[in-house]
Amino acid sequence: MTTPLLEIKNLHASVEGTEILKGVNLTVLPGEVHSIMGPNGSGKSTLSSVIAGHEAYDVTEGSIMFNGIDLLELEADQRACAGVFLAFQYPIEIPGVSTKFFLKAAVNAIRKYRGQDELDAMDFLDLVEEKAKSVNLNIELLDRNVNQGFSGGEKKRAEVFQMALLDPLLGVLDETDSGLDIDALKIVAEGVNKLRSPERGFVVITHYQRLLDYIIPDFVHVLMDGQIVKSGDKSLALVLEEKGYAAFKPCGCSCGC
Amino acid sequence: MSTQKNNLDVRKTTIDDQITSMPMPSSGTLLSSSNPVEEDTALLKETFKEKYKWGFVTDIEADSAPPGLDESTIAFISAKKKEPQWLLEWRLKAYRHWLTMEEPDWAHLKYNKPNYDEIIFYSAPKSLEDGPKSLDEVDPALLETYEKLGIPLHERAALAGVAVDAVFDSVSVGTTFKDKLEEVGIIFCPISEAVHEHPELVKKYLGTIVPYSDNYYATLNSAVFTDGSFVYIPKGVKCPMDLSTYFRINAKSTGQFERTLIIAEEGASVSYLEGCTAPMRDENQLHAAVVELIALDDADIKYSTVQNWYPGDENGVGGIYNFVTKRGKCQGDRSRITWTQVETGSAVTWKYPSCILLGDDSVGEFYSVALTNNYQQADTGTKMIHIGKNTRSTIISKGISAGFGQNIYRGLVKIMKSAEHARNYTQCDSMLMGDRCGAHTFPYIEIKNKTAKAEHEASTSKIGEDQLFYCNSRGISTEDSINMIVNGFCKEVFRELPMEFAVEARRLLEVSLESSVG
Ligand SMILES: Nc1ncnc2c1ncn2[C@@H]1O[C@H](COP(=O)(O)OP(=O)(O)O)[C@@H](O)[C@H]1O
Ligand SMILES: [Mg+2]
Repeated sequence: MTTPLLEIKNLHASVEGTEILKGVNLTVLPGEVHSIMGPNGSGKSTLSSVIAGHEAYDVTEGSIMFNGIDLLELEADQRACAGVFLAFQYPIEIPGVSTKFFLKAAVNAIRKYRGQDELDAMDFLDLVEEKAKSVNLNIELLDRNVNQGFSGGEKKRAEVFQMALLDPLLGVLDETDSGLDIDALKIVAEGVNKLRSPERGFVVITHYQRLLDYIIPDFVHVLMDGQIVKSGDKSLALVLEEKGYAAFKPCGCSCGC
Repeated sequence: MSTQKNNLDVRKTTIDDQITSMPMPSSGTLLSSSNPVEEDTALLKETFKEKYKWGFVTDIEADSAPPGLDESTIAFISAKKKEPQWLLEWRLKAYRHWLTMEEPDWAHLKYNKPNYDEIIFYSAPKSLEDGPKSLDEVDPALLETYEKLGIPLHERAALAGVAVDAVFDSVSVGTTFKDKLEEVGIIFCPISEAVHEHPELVKKYLGTIVPYSDNYYATLNSAVFTDGSFVYIPKGVKCPMDLSTYFRINAKSTGQFERTLIIAEEGASVSYLEGCTAPMRDENQLHAAVVELIALDDADIKYSTVQNWYPGDENGVGGIYNFVTKRGKCQGDRSRITWTQVETGSAVTWKYPSCILLGDDSVGEFYSVALTNNYQQADTGTKMIHIGKNTRSTIISKGISAGFGQNIYRGLVKIMKSAEHARNYTQCDSMLMGDRCGAHTFPYIEIKNKTAKAEHEASTSKIGEDQLFYCNSRGISTEDSINMIVNGFCKEVFRELPMEFAVEARRLLEVSLESSVG
């Protein structure tokens, strides 16, 4: 049996004493794309932050295994080095730090962790150019400070570009589609599709099924109130689109409970 | 991150026209904000500890005045330096005035006032008794000290492109590249030497920018100043290399009272750098310096400081009291004075490098990074006094507080009635690490000319957990992330520093923020 890339069991997590995730189970095998859909506030970003190791979230119960290792034992930077990548819903700005400088530090931290030589400036620029092409990213953006003065679409595209550059085993995309027009959406989806491989897996979080026309998932899960209430194949996304999330409420009714 | 933006176009006030002495009141201000921090962060768990590797003591026989201060101490210092009568009289006048003054307490600082009876006001290595010699004759122990501090004084090994005057406690050890500078008419020497060699210049300018009666510490300095650098750039000369002074406090219980005077004649330009360190001691030592700059028509003086005096230990024991008066006068039209400072050391800093913009179209600039960690306190900023027409000033201040550090920005922009179309831009940013430190800003703005404009921007941010998480999520360690974020925060100031100094400043910040992560 293949080792799952990601195996989340009965995950409970809280922030400032409030439980947000209430027993999430999810298994992603190498090569698979899983989509997680859910209404606002259902805990999608919380789940991605917990996977990536944000310290503000306390895991109170359950486990996360990544490629056979206990992910909860690792700090956020170690998780990234081990091969977890999170494309942020709201990428963070860092004033005064050029994107190129930032990414060179990231690439070399990860290479060092993996026992590879650090890239020199020339090799790094070659790599950057190659990866920028794959998401049609204007390379001049990289001379700006991290995410500063980027448009909404540029931020999202830059996240996918970073993913290509850092070459993770698991890519978690948190609403990378929101705020994109259809052309930008296609570019982002194409960038992700190019990264699909038998070893790599993805968790694609989205609010709309539209993205899934371009990144075809193997599985779709519905997250509501901190739990996965339904799983299925890609057709589930279409059902969601048609019936709305109310149909998936644990109680089955369409009230506001 | 909260950002306030205030466009203060015209503000009328009824403040007198006093310019040379500019006390900063602690109340009754136009703009004042205080930003104590309340929230918790994960960062809080990390203790920032500091390694101060410049804290060694050089074991050298010294010639010192007995502790305490009276007229005989001043006569002793003056005699040691074989000074002319006029200078001794000037010192005594200052001393007598000082006796009538009160130590100021308007700064946002808490510390035990120095006990002036216990301070040794003069200490010099015995081997330098007869004043600085040629560098070949200097005591090897002294040369070694500077070698260890990364400042080789032998010209063979000396820093390329930088001339250095090394001041050890109360005297200058030696000055590099003096001959080369003399070829173009530049004078760069200890001020004690200038008193003898160029008395007309010293007499003409000493105390004209910072009068002997200016403020408590400047007055004390006028009475007891020991050494410091003297720079004179003649008309039309662009100084071919950076000039620098490296100040070192070594002897126990001594105070350092250096005095620096820089004169740039018409069309002259110079970039001057200043560095400082001291041994680690449990007692507080006083450093009360005065720096005076004069720029004539079209002259340009760039004065950069990397201040790394011993900051005290992690419990706030020991460290230097850095009470400094620095002021420049843009006397000529189109002259420019730029102060750049990186303040990482000292237990307590009280310092407001200022510009008097007298010449029309003259420019004053102040770029500052102040970092306070552990129990360090800094009350620092600038004063820009606009008198001439079309005068412009820029103030960029970056305060970083960690541990229990307190960081205060205090700035005065004063635009006089005569300053038609004067402009000021002030940007004042504070960064907080953890929830036990503090940042406060006190910007005072007085505008008396309707055509003038002053713009003030301020922000306070906590080193964001989200920024750290973003860096971490790309594989970058927390320590590297903090350095990256802090360096980014300070970028606008660092780019004003000469290259080697910028590297040094970055390294100092890293050491000062060294954190024990995990
Ligand atoms: N740092 C935080 N502090 C307080 N509440 C939070 C925090 N992060 C998330 N929450 C709360 O957790 C719930 C889930 O949020 P989130 O995971 O962002 O949902 P989604 O991404 O599905 O919209 C929301 O009610 C949100 O307000
Ligand atoms: Mg979300």
